[in-house]
Amino acid sequence: MNFILLINGIYIVAAVLFIYGLKLLTSPVTARRGNLISAVGMFLAVVVTLLNEEIIDYRWMLIGIAVGSVIGALFARIVKMTQMPEMVALFNGFGGIASLLVGWGAYHVMPRAGLFVMTTVFLAVLIGGVTFSGSLIAWGKLSELMPGRPMLFRGQTLLNGLLIIVILIGGSLFLSNPEAGYPIFLGIILLSLVLGVMVVIPIGGADMPVVISLLNSYSGIAACAAGLAIRNNILIVAGAFVGASGIILTNVMCKAMNRSLYNVLFGGFGVVKKGAEAEVGGEVKAILAQDTYYILEAASAVAFVPGYGLAVSQAQHVLKELGDLLEERGIEVSYAIHPVAGRMPGHMNVLLAEADVPYEKLIEMEQINRRIGSIDVCVIIGANDIVNPAAREDTNSSIYGMPIIEVDRSKTVIVLKRSMAPGFAGIGNSLFYKENTRMLFGDAKESLGGIIAEFKNV
Amino acid sequence: MDPQACNDACLICMALILVLSIFIGFEVISKVPSRLHTPLMSGSNAISGITLVGAVIAAGSVGGTMAVILGTLAVVFATVNVVGGYVVTDRMLQMFQKKPEESKK
Repeated sequence: MNFILLINGIYIVAAVLFIYGLKLLTSPVTARRGNLISAVGMFLAVVVTLLNEEIIDYRWMLIGIAVGSVIGALFARIVKMTQMPEMVALFNGFGGIASLLVGWGAYHVMPRAGLFVMTTVFLAVLIGGVTFSGSLIAWGKLSELMPGRPMLFRGQTLLNGLLIIVILIGGSLFLSNPEAGYPIFLGIILLSLVLGVMVVIPIGGADMPVVISLLNSYSGIAACAAGLAIRNNILIVAGAFVGASGIILTNVMCKAMNRSLYNVLFGGFGVVKKGAEAEVGGEVKAILAQDTYYILEAASAVAFVPGYGLAVSQAQHVLKELGDLLEERGIEVSYAIHPVAGRMPGHMNVLLAEADVPYEKLIEMEQINRRIGSIDVCVIIGANDIVNPAAREDTNSSIYGMPIIEVDRSKTVIVLKRSMAPGFAGIGNSLFYKENTRMLFGDAKESLGGIIAEFKNV
Repeated sequence: MDPQACNDACLICMALILVLSIFIGFEVISKVPSRLHTPLMSGSNAISGITLVGAVIAAGSVGGTMAVILGTLAVVFATVNVVGGYVVTDRMLQMFQKKPEESKK
């Protein structure tokens, strides 16, 4: 019996379930159901594929599924919410390598499949390889196994350009005679892995939201290419969704930093224009937890502005505790979220959701800026560049033009910070020297704990 | 599903599917609010594990030892994405869904 019709029919059902699932993701209330529906679509697609008449041996595939399920479930259970960027980076990479392997397998079995198939195999392997090694580097930087700073050296752009040219020449040689091209094919795999490393090492920590989004998109495009190579409709459809999703996020992140994608990928942030920006300096007014308590206690509206430092010190639960204490005293509390705060799109939202902060209290940048003048105290927790007034004032600054949360327009600013070291961008922050700014030095979690202790002592 | 049997009409069909999917993807996903962007990413990690469908065919067909090795490895990676991606997204969305009165437990 021929199952092709049944298989492709179920693929259509799966595609509809994916779309419906993504549609439900537009609201926090329905999102969980959407994820479940998407998972059902995936389950159906995989199960019906087992009817494929080309499959004659189920042993290895089932072992693979069992191993993968155990690893995946363990990952998903033990990962901390602060580690989500690392996990997504790693999973982008797994998506890439899976597409590479499927493309490789297709070539291995049918080296004579024609120009179109071979072109898609080439693309699947190239994009999959870049996604895999690039994601591993991104993962290394995010999990701090590698230094997060941009790694730049002389002739980097030239070398990358050369690498791409060699890959393209290799690709056309391979496509002109795929059957005899196995060594070239292996060379292309190797070079695409090298290219992935080269593309991500010059990108620094604070640009990670862009890179993760972009690699997310690549993992979808690679799946799409693999789908074209093995003529599988559901791979094409699902791959295109992921590709589109990643591109949308990349775009949102670039806009939030007022930078072009080109600038992020090749700019080596913080290195360009070094020394050109205006000197910042002046007197820093440090305070202690007790003074912070007095300032907060006298306020009637407080906004917390979290950044990557919140994730590093895992202070989200203490922050929520302080927020609750303020609310008990009738103080209006909001949490101002910058789109690129943290290391991935939506990073702060996840952390605060974990700490049970209701999402109505999370205010987006544009909204909070509109009423920031009426806020008595802005508390900055481990954020730097996203509140740097240089983005508005200093035309020479490398972050000039980036939309920021304009905390300097509020009545008082309290900055929780470990030391006076500059933020990721390597530029000073004039906010720290402003008349209405107070610095509370120390680990964010301990500082917040100290303020809470003051509240409880009264 | 033999690739060598696929003709021009089939190629055009696939191209059409690809183009329409891209448009639907953009249309639906651009409506996801920024607060759900992390679950969107981990959810699309899971969806990109769709390569599993291609991988199981490769791991189970008669392509020789090498093809089975490649296929099985692909199955492992893709399954990690599918299972890990959906489970972690569910974990996150569960937190987003919490009602204020529940949170005081």
